[in-house]
Amino acid sequence: MTPITSSRPLTALVALSACLLAACGQKDDAAAPAAADAAATVTIRLGHVAPLTGPQAHLGKDNENGARLAIDDLNAEKLLIGGKVAKFELLGEDDQADPRQGTTVAQKLADAHVNAVIGHLNSGTTIPASRIYHDAGIVQVSPSATNPTYTRQGYKTAFRVFADDVQQGSVLGGFAVTKLGAKKIAIIDDRTAYGQGLADEFDKAAKAAGATIVTREYTTDKETDFAAILTKVKSTRPDLVFYGGMDTQAGPMARQLRTLNIGAPMLFGDGACTVEFHKLAGEGADGHYCSLPGVPLDQMAGGSAFRDRYKAKYNADIQLYAPYAYDAVRVVAEAMKQAGSVDTAKFLPALAALNYPGLTAQIQFDEKGDIRDGAITLYQAKGGAWSALETLGGKAPN
Amino acid sequence: MDILIQQIINGLVLGSIYALVALGYTMVYGILGLINFAHGEVVMIGALSALTAIGLLVPSGLPGPVVVLAGLLIAIPVCMAVGFTIERIAYRPLRNAPRLAPLITAIGVSIVLQQLAMMGWGRNYHTFPALLSVTAHKVGGAAITDLQIIIVLTAALLMAALVWLVTRTRLGRAMRASAENPAVARLMGVDVDRVISFTFVLGSGLAAVAGVMVAANYSIAHYAMGFMLGLKAFTAAVLGGIGNLGGAMLGGLLLGIIESLAAGYIGDLTGGFLGSHYKDVFAFFVLILVLVFRPSGLMGEKVAERA
Repeated sequence: MTPITSSRPLTALVALSACLLAACGQKDDAAAPAAADAAATVTIRLGHVAPLTGPQAHLGKDNENGARLAIDDLNAEKLLIGGKVAKFELLGEDDQADPRQGTTVAQKLADAHVNAVIGHLNSGTTIPASRIYHDAGIVQVSPSATNPTYTRQGYKTAFRVFADDVQQGSVLGGFAVTKLGAKKIAIIDDRTAYGQGLADEFDKAAKAAGATIVTREYTTDKETDFAAILTKVKSTRPDLVFYGGMDTQAGPMARQLRTLNIGAPMLFGDGACTVEFHKLAGEGADGHYCSLPGVPLDQMAGGSAFRDRYKAKYNADIQLYAPYAYDAVRVVAEAMKQAGSVDTAKFLPALAALNYPGLTAQIQFDEKGDIRDGAITLYQAKGGAWSALETLGGKAPN
Repeated sequence: MDILIQQIINGLVLGSIYALVALGYTMVYGILGLINFAHGEVVMIGALSALTAIGLLVPSGLPGPVVVLAGLLIAIPVCMAVGFTIERIAYRPLRNAPRLAPLITAIGVSIVLQQLAMMGWGRNYHTFPALLSVTAHKVGGAAITDLQIIIVLTAALLMAALVWLVTRTRLGRAMRASAENPAVARLMGVDVDRVISFTFVLGSGLAAVAGVMVAANYSIAHYAMGFMLGLKAFTAAVLGGIGNLGGAMLGGLLLGIIESLAAGYIGDLTGGFLGSHYKDVFAFFVLILVLVFRPSGLMGEKVAERA
């Protein structure tokens, strides 16, 4: 009897513990993914800096939209970094295209310990900010700064996904002289790091190709009245007028060129190669030329799909650098994925060695952090749009 | 030579616009002793509201000049309302406050208006549709368009009308009396508050015209355009002697012509050491020189004959 009575509670106990174990097991099964989700998510905070107020706000917003599109895509893809699900956040900042504001914002992002920075838009803000990011050990990828100095300061953290002014200036100089047959060229720039840098490179290349620079005039990146300098330009009777600066000046300048009866066409760099230029220049736009690093959006694999998605999401047309801002985010994410870490020390080497099929190009960086084999395309304004003339150099995405 | 003529024409057009805006500064200063820094933003609101109206009217197929005139006629009351409101809300409560308070308020109003415009009209540049003939007439090798001729003539006409209003009408006499001594003017039965409101409304109306002129001539308007323009017009008013109507006109025209000539010749004069982007520096340099030798401006007297 005794064994029987004693066995009863034992059986009960066994049964209870089995039940408990099972229950626990069930609970474990249910809880494990939740716990893994919580523990295995890694939040990546990316800073984005561009002018969101002021004359170039439309370009800044365009960059930010491009970056946001990339962030949304990455979050939807549930990218794994070191076995954890990556959750990307964008901290959008406004530098007003002002170098002083640029450094203030850069310091703010450095203090917030962001994982990487996409930006800035302008060379003038990118260069002083790059030192702050370098000192804070933060990777910076600019989608649009073209002044060569940016990547030639010896900062390992500085990258760009856009051809620089040396490449662009020399292509433009050659194009002006050999293709457009310009012998007397007037150069205007807006005295920013970008405009001046590009104008200087163009000046060199045009002279090397045999042209004479008849005058160099200057304006600012906030001016809208160019009557006085264009009058001066007119007196030198140039075959071509080159402007190093952004669309907000280039558009009105092209219009005022016509009211002053100057027949020479204008040539611009990437800053004026925008949709906005046509709106600003009106009927004064036709016949002018511009260059843009990279291949035309239509020729990018997935370019037209990107345009449609952008339009659907923001109900606006791409201005200029949005695809590059998109790629800037993607390469940072890709490097983090390959390194399996969001620490600069770990993913910086992966970024430097990256070979990634981006939207805009096959992206590989050289030892300075510049994109290798950046293509440059020349456009002419026709009937309210830029139509591509020819693409020089570069490598299409694999 | 034709280049010199062209630069003077450029300067005359720019100067006419400066003069119209400068009148707004000088009238308010004459009566209140207040520098209404928000005046530049009123110009901006004039330009943008005219553009909005013009944008709505363009599809109607009316002739270009009619559309522009309609835009102008809408912009003027809008700006007058803005000017009136600014004075009521921001300056009247501070009428007896220390001088610095309304000055700071003026800067605050300027920022508020700019931000409101940014929210309403967006950050993009707005373009002035091609409604007016831009065919250039040749004047001794220089080019001048119909629009530029209209700008200079309209500005001259408005200034003449203003001078007549201030010197020949009952209201003008009330304005001059309020400028001279508000307390005594009040004792003589002048409704000083009404006169001040009227001054703001009048200045804002001129600002609307100037705004449409800027937008039409440079074909661009945006929410931040008022700041620099306001600063230049203020400079013009000081150059001519702030508080003095004739001074504002002279100052405006001079500043416009100095800027144009500086942009055209500064490079040659300094052997390329200073480029054309130093034109503003040059304009302010002239201002400093004038103020050193004539501290109350070109036409200002020790006790300025205020508007």
